[in-house]
Amino acid sequence: MNLVLKNYRREAVLFVFLVAALVVVGMISPSFISLKTLDAIWHDSVLLLILALVQMPIIISRGIDLSVAANLALTGMLVALLSKSNPSLPVLVLLLAGIGIGAILGAINALLITVLELPPIVATLGTMSVYRGMTYVVSGGQWVNSQDFPAALLEFPNARLLGLTHLEWLSLLALFLAWLMWHQSRFGREIRALGNNPSAARYVGVLEQPRLALLYTIAGAVAGFVSVLWVARYAIASTELAIGFELQVVAACVLGGVSIAGGVGTVYGTALGSLFLVLLYNALPVIKISPFWQTAIVGVAILVAVIVNQSAGKRVGKKILREVSP
Amino acid sequence: MTFLRIEKLRKHFAATKAVTDVSFGLESGQVLALVGENGAGKSTIVKMLTGLHKPDSGAIFLDNQPLVFSSPQEAWKAGITAIHQETVMFDELSVAENIWIGNHPTSRFGLVQWKTLLDQTNLILKRIDAPFAADAPLKNLSVAQKHLVQIARALTQDARVVIMDEPTAALSKAEIEDFFRVVQQLKSENKAIILVTHKFDEIFAYADTYAVLRDGELVGAGKIQETSSDALVRLMAGREVGALFPKTQAVQKNTMLEVKNFSHPTEFNNISFSVKSGEILGFYGLIGAGRSEIMQAIFGLNPDATGALQIDGLDVKIRSPVDAIRHGLVYVSEDRQHSGAILEMSILQNISLASLERFGVWLSRKKETDLALPLAEKLSLRAKHFDQFVAELSGGNQQKVVLSKWLATNPKVLILDEPTKGIDVGAKSLVHTLMNQMVQDGLAVILVSSELPEVMHMSDRIVVMRQGRMVAEFNARKVSAEEIVAQAAGVLA
Repeated sequence: MNLVLKNYRREAVLFVFLVAALVVVGMISPSFISLKTLDAIWHDSVLLLILALVQMPIIISRGIDLSVAANLALTGMLVALLSKSNPSLPVLVLLLAGIGIGAILGAINALLITVLELPPIVATLGTMSVYRGMTYVVSGGQWVNSQDFPAALLEFPNARLLGLTHLEWLSLLALFLAWLMWHQSRFGREIRALGNNPSAARYVGVLEQPRLALLYTIAGAVAGFVSVLWVARYAIASTELAIGFELQVVAACVLGGVSIAGGVGTVYGTALGSLFLVLLYNALPVIKISPFWQTAIVGVAILVAVIVNQSAGKRVGKKILREVSP
Repeated sequence: MTFLRIEKLRKHFAATKAVTDVSFGLESGQVLALVGENGAGKSTIVKMLTGLHKPDSGAIFLDNQPLVFSSPQEAWKAGITAIHQETVMFDELSVAENIWIGNHPTSRFGLVQWKTLLDQTNLILKRIDAPFAADAPLKNLSVAQKHLVQIARALTQDARVVIMDEPTAALSKAEIEDFFRVVQQLKSENKAIILVTHKFDEIFAYADTYAVLRDGELVGAGKIQETSSDALVRLMAGREVGALFPKTQAVQKNTMLEVKNFSHPTEFNNISFSVKSGEILGFYGLIGAGRSEIMQAIFGLNPDATGALQIDGLDVKIRSPVDAIRHGLVYVSEDRQHSGAILEMSILQNISLASLERFGVWLSRKKETDLALPLAEKLSLRAKHFDQFVAELSGGNQQKVVLSKWLATNPKVLILDEPTKGIDVGAKSLVHTLMNQMVQDGLAVILVSSELPEVMHMSDRIVVMRQGRMVAEFNARKVSAEEIVAQAAGVLA
């Protein structure tokens, strides 16, 4: 038990934060603590959560994918246009189309990073602009509005199965898959080893380029999948779709204790980080904080959480310095 | 009167008695060799002298003035300065900027006076005969030249005591000679010099006095002329040398590894050798002889190398470490922290890391434990739990984790590159015992080491390399240290 607390200190701290935030909000506005609002927050956090769960391994591998929101916008727009011109396409086909297009965009990132060996931040900063720009090109600057979508698509994210919305079920599935991929598979272990110590990973035979290529392609595919849910949920595909959202995704990871230096991060932390971020956005209006203040307060909350978290994780990793005689 | 004197200096960290009541003195214009095994307390004394640690009790006198430092800056201002191999330096800055960092001469508006800076630096560089200019970027300098930069840095402050911590560890023979010329120069300028080193030839060539530490206590001190290397080794280890290298003979069988005509455009040429099951083949050479480079090439880390390999009688092609591990050839690198252990991963995850292939796509904690437990027991790994991060272990235990990781792959050929560098005496003899055990189990072992006694005692045969070529091969039982060193240095015996 002690050891669990030690190795998951960051997650534990964040969990305390999350509960404390709920308690504070609940004291100011008791009606907030209801199954209804918790359900709403959960529902609201799913898209962020799924994206954060693939951003996490990328940050662990010492990379970053800044093109995720732009990929989401371009794929979402393409799927929306596809659906508009072929209204009879079932939701499943649209989801598969989203995954396919997203994967291609992710593969372009992979190519830039592994074959041309660009640093991930540079490669994805570039593709971020390219993908966003292509959204304008393919749409001609036009929006695809709710009346252009088939009803089945618009209903899909919010429809309920056994009391939970589809999105909520999907978040459970995503958590399970992410746990399987990043904590229980050889691929996940190798990514973690690479992020922790690239040289040592190379010595044990981890092939860096193929692993990273797969990782960025998966990230693209997931962004494509989320784009379809996004378009359906908000019933609109615009050129401004999810603009700036990549920063929220990264913030959720960092809040969740994923180290931007690589090597460290868990699915549990990332899930808590996403929930915490969404809770903040939802709770501030409830406790009557002026909307002008909200963004700044969220920013401060992120900084505080990260600072506290960092000091919690500090003991670990101090011995990076070479062992010297005492 | 003694120039620098420490009296009953003591520093204990919780349970660790790092330094207990150590006293010794040093005259100006002299070199004191501070010797002792790893963990003997040398670094702690250096840290107290340079203001990084505050002594629990005891005193430091310089020129009969008692000194108390509350920061490294104060020690530096008092004229005590240290040169470490690992001192942080700034690759992208110039030599002059590195030398004056923190003490830039500034104008009255706080702006750096670049001309003064460069002129003064060039003066100092001239004093120590440095073969580079003040405005050279640091990244273009060799390790030896970077040491000179550190010495120059010490001279800017008119240092009176210069402490050198393993200054020649990464230098070639010629560079070492150049380096000690500068040391002589410092002596003639009446600096007091403390030389922390493991190299006995340097101690006897350049030191005037010595102080030996063991387990934090001073166990001997005196004039160099009145001692011998045997006597020093006995003081350091507290036991006879032979006990450090227990060598048992294993049965040698078939040839496990055959290396044929390995060459590389710039690093090594025409290397051929073989190792049998049950045999330890030692590789000796001075730094820069190409030993690690050839081993890395065999392991598939150097795509520019050419040559043929046979493992257990079969021709194999090794293009990457993956191929090597599959064929049962593993390489335990010299740089444990950089390319060995993964510090922020658990012991269990480290040990299984090179064997993940056999798990397939999904990992299983049970299979990982089954793999790691017997090895951890065999190597008597000391840790609280398998889930402990490797970062929390001592150097010796980290090395055991790394060895377990490679043994877990069930290798046929094991290449050990400086396996006992930087670990304490106890862990060292354990590594040697393990090597004996491995050859008993039928492994072929290649031992690359710069420590001649280690190579001579542990190996069955010894290959000597010089400047990328194999220059000699000896039966380890029938060769003298002098013969080996003569070949390694290219001196005709």
